[in-house]
Amino acid sequence: MVRARHASGSPAMDMVMTLVVITDENNVGGDLDAATNLSREHPSRVIGMIHGSGRGSANLDAKVRVGEEHSGESILLRISGKLTKHAESVVLPLLLPDSPVVVWWPRSAPDNPSADSVGSLGQRRITDAESAKAPVRALRAVIRNYAAGDTNLAWTRLTPLRATLAAALDQVHSKVTKVEVETGPGNPAADLLVAWLSSRLKVPVVTRRGEYDHISSVRMHTGAGTVSIERGAGTVATFSVPGSTDRQIPLGPRSLTELLAEELRRLDEDDVYSKTITHLLTRLDS
Amino acid sequence: MTQTDYVNPLRDPQDRRLPQIAGPCSVVIFGITGDLSRRKLIPAIYDLANRGLLPPGFAVIGFARQEPGQDFFQIVYEAAKSGARTQWRESVWTQLAKGLRFVSGSFDDDAAWRQLAETVSEVDADRGTGGNHAFYLSIPPALFSVVVGQLKKHELAERPGSWRRVVIEKPFGHDLESARDLNSVISDVFPRESVFRIDHYLGKETVQNILAFRFANSLFEPIWNSNYVDHVQITMAEDIGIGRRAGYYDGIGAARDVIQNHLMQLMALIAMEEPVSFDAYSLRIEKQKILANARPPERMDLHTARGQYTTGWAGGEEVVGYLQEDGIPASSTTETFAALRIDIETRRWAGVPFYLRAGKRLGRRVTEVAVVFKRAPHQPFAKTDVEELGQNALVMRIQPDEGVTLRFGSKVPGPAMEIRDVNMDFAYGGAFAEHSPEAYERLILDVLLGDPPLFPQLEEVELSWRILDPVIDHWARSSKVDTYPAGTWGPESAVKMLAHDGRTWRRP
Repeated sequence: MVRARHASGSPAMDMVMTLVVITDENNVGGDLDAATNLSREHPSRVIGMIHGSGRGSANLDAKVRVGEEHSGESILLRISGKLTKHAESVVLPLLLPDSPVVVWWPRSAPDNPSADSVGSLGQRRITDAESAKAPVRALRAVIRNYAAGDTNLAWTRLTPLRATLAAALDQVHSKVTKVEVETGPGNPAADLLVAWLSSRLKVPVVTRRGEYDHISSVRMHTGAGTVSIERGAGTVATFSVPGSTDRQIPLGPRSLTELLAEELRRLDEDDVYSKTITHLLTRLDS
Repeated sequence: MTQTDYVNPLRDPQDRRLPQIAGPCSVVIFGITGDLSRRKLIPAIYDLANRGLLPPGFAVIGFARQEPGQDFFQIVYEAAKSGARTQWRESVWTQLAKGLRFVSGSFDDDAAWRQLAETVSEVDADRGTGGNHAFYLSIPPALFSVVVGQLKKHELAERPGSWRRVVIEKPFGHDLESARDLNSVISDVFPRESVFRIDHYLGKETVQNILAFRFANSLFEPIWNSNYVDHVQITMAEDIGIGRRAGYYDGIGAARDVIQNHLMQLMALIAMEEPVSFDAYSLRIEKQKILANARPPERMDLHTARGQYTTGWAGGEEVVGYLQEDGIPASSTTETFAALRIDIETRRWAGVPFYLRAGKRLGRRVTEVAVVFKRAPHQPFAKTDVEELGQNALVMRIQPDEGVTLRFGSKVPGPAMEIRDVNMDFAYGGAFAEHSPEAYERLILDVLLGDPPLFPQLEEVELSWRILDPVIDHWARSSKVDTYPAGTWGPESAVKMLAHDGRTWRRP
């Protein structure tokens, strides 16, 4: 690899982490592209892993790529046979020395990421409830097994909405008395948003069935009036704050690369996520 | 934002995902069709919008003279689209464009100013900008007085319950006296804390990294002083000539153009003592301490150098000399290259010269700071073994190829014990990191947030002029200007300047 790095003209070992991506044959191209696009902001060694059939003798196929257009390196490992039960043995020697490891399951994540043999190698474990067949069930399962360093892209997707709500309360200093959220059924992000609002504002948060699958309305009622964000079918939302005219704000979905870039900016435990899911679990269990 | 004990319940201090979005506001750009605005300001505003860092309902009001056939909207659209560093999203542009307004006229035209005042009120009502407006003076300094005066006359400079800020770019005067005059024109209308001077270098990731590098690590502080450092070289080289900027450049020169601001700021960051925190006040105090104790050389004939480029071959092309450029009189003595030695009289730096040089039509475009260390006092090697060994150096490459290099001696593979310099390098990959914020994005956001750590205050501007004025006066007394062929690294006098101290310039 060092020779290849020299050949591509970058002898510097300036990578800051190892990103392990648990992918599959159908999605490997898109997943690895998303990961290597991150290399501009987070130059890293990307290790893609595909688990083949568990039957037969242990087998490993590996391919290495050193970037011309992106910094960092990527390796694709296809393991099959008995090796699928010992995936961590292949990954461990390939981890960049002395630097953080992040494990990402774009889909088909285990319910207990930190107990997973490869997951336990990472200090950050990223799963995505929205990619599961039953998103809400997937989120509930993974948060019950929460370990420091776990996060979920359902939470990451909420950042622009949370930022706008927080910005609204920078302007409106009046106490929030009640919150209403409208969303489609089976939306794990909505569960997280409701838990966050409820834990931070300590007021009742009511959820209603909306017209769309996504979160289509958030209304915070205060003494000074109602703060609301309403989003219909498009990517533009109407933002209204008492004392000002309604404004349009872009609030569309972000790309996978952007979501991951946000996740990788900080590799320590996400305390706010942890507090939010603790609150969510309390509500679920009561 | 006036604040008392209100704490936003949705802002958990631990929640580092939530960016600081500015409160409702607008930016009024004077000179919106100019070079700076098109190349830097408008793309930065688009990128900020794309990153979700602008308040909902943000407005941009442009004020400039409209040439026949000029379509302001089209100019701004093209500037944003071609200069944007983040992904182009038509939906983001469309939202931003809803807050775009234009006022055409000259700055002494009262009717145009009345229209500006009406437009400001209109965006307050219509877009919800809350009365908060930043006036960006992207205009030649000669026009500051008229614009600031009109802001006062048309009651735009202040409104209780909201903030009004003025943003100015360098040059901040051309010497100490004019800097003070300029400041009094501005301070007549705007209070201190409302004046934001942009030194765009301070917004660069690499420049901010100087602080992170020095103070987040334990490795470097112990050697960052006169016990270990031999000298420091700060270089800002451009490969281009003055182009069509004769009107601005002639009479100003390299020293006033970039040494007074960018290089002095870099010197201050490299030399300063550790601040107690990174808030604006703490950083400012440390920079002022350094600048207040930085001295120009006593023998300016020996320790300064300046020159003009003459015709030559730069980057494979034949180019004309400074005196042959459009708009430059044949008798001009303006320097396109300036170098000087500065001594910092503090315990940490006594005896360590700081060599600053800047110029146009030099070997290549590069800005770097090199901290060159003393040789080890005794080496157990035979003299021939270490002949190829230079001095250890820590080089911070500000641009291009952003990064940090450590140069040290290493054994050459082979049977003999021969030592040669090697470079250990950390590269940002900043050259193609289109997702990392551009300096102007950060600076504009800081203006809107009202957060001033990266803006030189009046004291720094004055102190920098105090150091440079005697040198410029000395140069003015001599009509002789050295020359250097375009594409080389400066005049012979610059080489002599360092040779006199037993040193040589790095070839960056």
